[in-house]
Amino acid sequence: MTTLAAFLAGLVFGLGLLVAGMADPAKVLAFLDVFGRWDPSLMLVMGGAIAVAMPAFAWSKRRRAPVLDAAFHLPTSRRIDRPLVIGSLLFGIGWGLVGLCPGPALVLLGSGQLKAALFVTAMVAGMALYEWWSASRAN
Amino acid sequence: MIIDWQAFTPWSALAGGALIGLAASALWLLNGQIAGISGILGSLIRARPGRAWRTAFIIGLVVSPWLYGVLGMSVPGHIDAGHGLIVLAGLIVGIGTRYGSGCTSGHGVCGLSRLSPRSAIATLAFMAAGFATVAVIRHLVAPL
Repeated sequence: MTTLAAFLAGLVFGLGLLVAGMADPAKVLAFLDVFGRWDPSLMLVMGGAIAVAMPAFAWSKRRRAPVLDAAFHLPTSRRIDRPLVIGSLLFGIGWGLVGLCPGPALVLLGSGQLKAALFVTAMVAGMALYEWWSASRAN
Repeated sequence: MIIDWQAFTPWSALAGGALIGLAASALWLLNGQIAGISGILGSLIRARPGRAWRTAFIIGLVVSPWLYGVLGMSVPGHIDAGHGLIVLAGLIVGIGTRYGSGCTSGHGVCGLSRLSPRSAIATLAFMAAGFATVAVIRHLVAPL
């Protein structure tokens, strides 16, 4: 059941990205272009998403467990540290270069765009590189 | 700053955002998992428990354009950038999202929704870097 729930959540998430315009790199870049002709639309995407998700997250605090699992898997780290900031800055640079972040890249991969496949391949390679680097540092 | 009102699409942005929020809420309330795309994808690289639901979520994302087409809509996205830039950007996004433990979905949507200070800082950082990158490319490099 958790697998089916996750599939449906992914499907609705992808539809949301498509409806919102997040899967259109030109629209994302127009949003990031605050010093040019700025398209503020994507601000409302985040606003709409948070307006729906915030009550859901707040309500879940009154429950001991989610419907289909024994416990909520809350992110454990609360530290604001260098990896958080440097990683996020790096991500922002990559996002601004092409106008793609992970979710929309996977959606465009599904729409059959070769360039999206190239981006996703490079992104997964970057993630694997990070895994290898962090594992070798831990040893 | 000049606002491009002709390109402004408030209603579809809000509606799409609401769908994203609905999906994130469902994954949290049903499975107790954060809908952070980079985290879900990145965790698949190592053999860890939870492989089935993570794979299912990614498949849902990837098949969403098909359903969008069935519903009579055409996928608007088109990637203009050249191949070299795409590879570079993909690599940086892959490394950055894992090093920073999240992206627009995990930190931006889920993190802000659960009032995480960590995610607020991450969101400010990647937004600022995105604004700066586009400013440099469009207004410093491109006019040269």
